[in-house]
Amino acid sequence: MAATMSAADLARLEEMARRIRVGVIRGVNEAKAGHLGGPLSAADILAALYFHVMRIRPDEPDWPDRDRFILSKGHSSIGLYAALALRGYFPLEELLTFDALGSRLQGHPDMTRLPGLDMSTGSLGMGISAGIGIALGSRLAGRDVRTFVMLGDGECQEGEVWEAAFLAPRYGLDNLIAIVDHNKLQQYGWQGDGPDDRLPPAWPGELVARWTAFGWRVLEVDGHDMAAVVRVLEEATVGDGRPVAIVANTIKGRGVSFMEGRYYWHTRPLTADEFATAMAELGEPINTPAGGPA
Amino acid sequence: MTLPMGRAMREIFGETVSELASRDPRIVMLDADTGSSTKADIFQKAHPERYLQMGIAEQNMLGVAAGLATTGFVPFVSTFVAFAVVRPLDQIRVLIAQTGLNVKICGGYAGLFTGVTGKTHLIVDDLPIMRAMPGMVTVVPADDVEAAQVLRWAAGYDGPVYIRLVRDATQRLFDETYSFALGRATVVRDGGDVTLISTGAQTPRVVDAAEILAAHGIQAHVLHVPTLKPLDVPAIVAAAERTRIVLTVEEGTVIGGLGGAVTETLSEHSPTVVKRLGMQDVYGESGTNSELLELYGLSAARVADQVQAFLEARNTAGHASDAG
Repeated sequence: MAATMSAADLARLEEMARRIRVGVIRGVNEAKAGHLGGPLSAADILAALYFHVMRIRPDEPDWPDRDRFILSKGHSSIGLYAALALRGYFPLEELLTFDALGSRLQGHPDMTRLPGLDMSTGSLGMGISAGIGIALGSRLAGRDVRTFVMLGDGECQEGEVWEAAFLAPRYGLDNLIAIVDHNKLQQYGWQGDGPDDRLPPAWPGELVARWTAFGWRVLEVDGHDMAAVVRVLEEATVGDGRPVAIVANTIKGRGVSFMEGRYYWHTRPLTADEFATAMAELGEPINTPAGGPA
Repeated sequence: MTLPMGRAMREIFGETVSELASRDPRIVMLDADTGSSTKADIFQKAHPERYLQMGIAEQNMLGVAAGLATTGFVPFVSTFVAFAVVRPLDQIRVLIAQTGLNVKICGGYAGLFTGVTGKTHLIVDDLPIMRAMPGMVTVVPADDVEAAQVLRWAAGYDGPVYIRLVRDATQRLFDETYSFALGRATVVRDGGDVTLISTGAQTPRVVDAAEILAAHGIQAHVLHVPTLKPLDVPAIVAAAERTRIVLTVEEGTVIGGLGGAVTETLSEHSPTVVKRLGMQDVYGESGTNSELLELYGLSAARVADQVQAFLEARNTAGHASDAG
């Protein structure tokens, strides 16, 4: 098991998560369109992966022995782009081209345009299958590569996810780590008690039970507790012959109070006031460069 | 007079990919539980460690292939066309065609010869679907000789390819001097009275039809188009201009496949009336190979009949307009 992180290292990861959130708000605000709730719920996990756990070389994005990350919930692309930019894959200012015609930062990730993307995604359920392919290929080639795949909890309604979930344990792919961003909301879903209430995509405990039943080693974590996130990711990389599913309990829209837990912030443009409030809550001056100060 | 029988393409498939994999360690075979039918099992015996059984889960299989391709492997994905193309279509679109990843989709049991399985397995519209997909090379070999060459070519080509393979033994069109080239159509019979354009295992039957027509004094010019994308536009235009009377013949729907490709091409480059023979906007059904060929008008005799009928109707109309 990995050594405990120092308080300073943890603070650095938390700062990166904060800056990923700033990049999300700025990118979507500039584009006047884009997803917010999902990228914000994923930000802490993305920070832990890109700034601590994954073995990567931003200046050599095709390094064959790199760990892979696939954003199976491709609509959270702006969160991944913010992480990649902060990690040095491309300039922070480019975040402001998100969704623009000709941009490398497409609405959904396009690996043919942007170096650093390990798979194109956007149609739900597919990233986990591609992750199995990378895990199988890495093992056949004798490379010590870990493949991380992030799925949404709503995405787990796709049948392909369970085709993949069935297969991975058959091949004992313990170099494959699925992370379910369990933020308890999907785009629209089933109505709850009030008009703005929504039933969760999966019942409490359901995702853990399902992945366990399919033969995965399942770990659960508070997806906003950075120390816990780092611990669970490190634990997941120590293989025991089974693929790993991490069910990360998160809050959709995390970090911006008026977005938290509200389904309609799945995707929505911000007003000027909402933008100002969001930036203030993230502790970021409105007029700093894209993605926060360099 | 009729062309001789060749070997079954599915056996050629299993043998050829195995042989390629002996020389190329990057080649892997993905199967969705149909290996004993598609003859992917031949590969399994030769290279068990590179034979990846994906189970009855085709959407996942195409996604796994895409992932494998990013790690430098060359996946040959094998199952029936129904499950290799149509069922996992969005996975093909997003993960393979849009990415340009190096995946070979080998659709077995193509066309009418599906072992009396009927409507679900008899896919009439794989060629229109795959041909319409940006970035997808679409190849339809005529016989066992060409199938082996296409598979060898595909292993060396970097990018997505759809290869349409027939289950049963078909007639042999080519000898070993033939050489497949991507995007090249081949004149397999010269004639000055009518142009017949065909693809896949239908071409040998069209050549036989041409012999029947010759017995009636009609010399057919026959063009074989093994690559629906990229299309050999100059060859199609030249074949059309050879006689100015064109029929297309294909083992599938006449909408959007070879007939679609030829009519699109000629509309732009050399407007010509084209009669499209094949399945007339219908699904298939169970039946023996020869029964189905008769039913859909694709046996040599039925093709010859339809060509003659078309020529006669044309002549009648021509005389009428001359008289007018």
